[in-house]
Amino acid sequence: MQNGSGPRKHTIAVLVENKFGVLSRVAGLFSARGYNIESLSVGETLDPSVSRMTLVVTGDEFVIEQVTKQLHKLIDVIKVSDLTDDDHVERELMLIRVNAEPQHREEILRTADIFRAKVVDVTPVSFTLEATGDEAKLEALVELLRPMGVQELVRTGKVAIARGPKTRVRKAEAPKKARVSDDPKVVGFAD
Amino acid sequence: MKMSGARMVLECLKREGVDIVFGLPGGAVLPVYDALYDFQGIRHILVRQEAAAGHAAEGYARTTGKVGVCLVTSGPAATNLVTALQDAYMDSIPIVAFTGQVPTHLIGNDAFQEADNVGITRSCTKHNFLVKDGKDLGPIIREAFHIASTGRPGPVHVDLPKDVLVKEWELVWPEKIQLRSYNPTYDGHPGQIKRAAKLLVRARKPVLYVGGGAISSNASAELYELAELTQIPVTQTLMGLGAFPMEHPLSLDMLGMHGSYYANMAVHHSDVLVAVGARFDDRVTGRVDAFAPHAEIVHIDIDPSSISKNIQVHVPIVGDCRRVLQALIEAVRAELRDTTPSLAREARKQWLAEIAAWKANHPLRYEWDDELIKPQYVIQEISNLTRGEAMLVTGVGQHQMWAAQYYKFKHPRRWCTSGGLGTMGYGLPTAMGVAAAYPDRLVVNVDGDGSFVMNSQELATCHDDNLAVKTVVINNGGHGMVRQWQAIIYKGRFCAIDFGPSPDFVKLAEAYGCVGIRATKPSEVVPALEKAFSTPGPVVVDVWVDKWEYVFPMVPAGGANTDMILENPTAVVRDKAAKSQTGF
Repeated sequence: MQNGSGPRKHTIAVLVENKFGVLSRVAGLFSARGYNIESLSVGETLDPSVSRMTLVVTGDEFVIEQVTKQLHKLIDVIKVSDLTDDDHVERELMLIRVNAEPQHREEILRTADIFRAKVVDVTPVSFTLEATGDEAKLEALVELLRPMGVQELVRTGKVAIARGPKTRVRKAEAPKKARVSDDPKVVGFAD
Repeated sequence: MKMSGARMVLECLKREGVDIVFGLPGGAVLPVYDALYDFQGIRHILVRQEAAAGHAAEGYARTTGKVGVCLVTSGPAATNLVTALQDAYMDSIPIVAFTGQVPTHLIGNDAFQEADNVGITRSCTKHNFLVKDGKDLGPIIREAFHIASTGRPGPVHVDLPKDVLVKEWELVWPEKIQLRSYNPTYDGHPGQIKRAAKLLVRARKPVLYVGGGAISSNASAELYELAELTQIPVTQTLMGLGAFPMEHPLSLDMLGMHGSYYANMAVHHSDVLVAVGARFDDRVTGRVDAFAPHAEIVHIDIDPSSISKNIQVHVPIVGDCRRVLQALIEAVRAELRDTTPSLAREARKQWLAEIAAWKANHPLRYEWDDELIKPQYVIQEISNLTRGEAMLVTGVGQHQMWAAQYYKFKHPRRWCTSGGLGTMGYGLPTAMGVAAAYPDRLVVNVDGDGSFVMNSQELATCHDDNLAVKTVVINNGGHGMVRQWQAIIYKGRFCAIDFGPSPDFVKLAEAYGCVGIRATKPSEVVPALEKAFSTPGPVVVDVWVDKWEYVFPMVPAGGANTDMILENPTAVVRDKAAKSQTGF
């Protein structure tokens, strides 16, 4: 089997029946077929009988095609869309508790401000920040806070939504836009 | 109409047209058996081990085309059933399996005979359900049958907690099933069909490669018409056998690891390969980069995920094989009207001549022996005596491959074998299901001595329910296929394959109240088979065969299909095979 392109990250949105066991069907599919889920988040949609999952999976074209088809094959899956090459917005929420020694408190607050992160808890020795953004932004924030000593962090996994009303014609061959997350050197930018 | 959940299960089965249920009772499922006590219209066949209930349902489903049903209790019964479910899943067989479950308030409490049934069967069924509320029971059973029998067929499991079975509920019975998340595509894309037709008409060296999908969509007549119309030779997979009559001059018999020389060569040299309801299994393709390297591949399959899974195809057509073939025949006719493909016709003649030469030079063959019974001979005689009309079931191993090679298949839905999973012990219980569905037909179970003993307890079921299965044990005193691999690939380091001469299959048959017959010399084979086929009731024929006989041709796992080993290998070939061994 020849692969059309090298592996890269794909963001896949899956609409599923809101029934018990669906999450395990999806997770089971990935483990049974040897695919790796990088992140997975689930929540109800406007229609309470439908849940939406956002999956981030790494794979080449061939793997992603199989992932999409296999997801479709699950009886409880209503719709699968690979958002990667469509115009879309993706966000992740992170809570991070960081050491806040007196000499660092100012800098942490400044950094938080640059990243539009909110302080959601303060103690004499720590700040807990809430930040949202895409993966690269959150990673950049973590990098900047790391020297102060990160006590604990938790991330929700990515959620993604298509931008605006979709055009009728799918842009199959749209040139891949250079995404900031592709460049490991970029640190510290705000949206 | 108010009734207990247990009665509702039976009522729903009846409405689905179920006439036979294979099962084994136990604690959690007892309410259903209590309801069965005075329920009219459903025959229950009591098996001796739960996997047998699953296999019997498979045999019933494969041969009738209807959904097979089995019913067992919770915990160990459900886990015993798992093998049959996975078997049906791999071979796309429509069955609905019911298991008992502990009462809903005890689920998750490690109650007696509790297992996470739906958790366990999730990965080996097309879909499964845990019924938590009796009002869902009717709709769930309806959906279960719908899902099992439509699209790419497969097993569906329904888990029934005891309290749901005991309580009284109002029956909800939806007339129509509409699932927003499940809508299989049946009609192929017209543009793709046209592309395929163009390829077929212009091809110089085309081959049709036909799998189990042609059987489950009942596409044999269309396949025959297309092959004759276009003069394209047909090779069948293990699951596809019977879709195309083997006596037809265009038949190339089976392809793949133990396929015929001419089938593998034809596929290798083809310029257009049309896969019909087949999934490019590793046992068919061998090394994938060497499979049909010159061919443009058309793939007709109802399951989109089968397409371009193992082999990149050029013209994918998602749809029901039968409907797509119907449309394809029309498109080919139109194409033939519009063009004058005389050049292709000439090329086609050359192609068929090339294949005829392969057939003549390398037919399926074995050495005759006056003293030792050759297993291939036994199959040939079964084929002769039954004129290819019998319902044929096998276990798994060498005997299975010989049956696939030497039996002259004529009709679809008369052949049951465990293809994808390779489940030893599959033969007897599956044959039981066939015999229950077709009490007036001759049902032959060709089994191995290793495979047969994995479910030989079902002789009791055959006896008690008068299921007249004629089992022919190709007895080579051990695990023959393993012996073959150890001989050819593991340099003759034989390990854990020989049975001490146990059991005595004639006595075993007699112990169960069946008839036992033995054949130890070639001259005894035909009389033994004739006697078996004319004796009423279940019979076991114990045929002692040459244990050093191997299945050829053979493509070593991971090898290319053109690297076939055609006869008993010398040390040189054996070394070569050992070197090319990269798979499992």
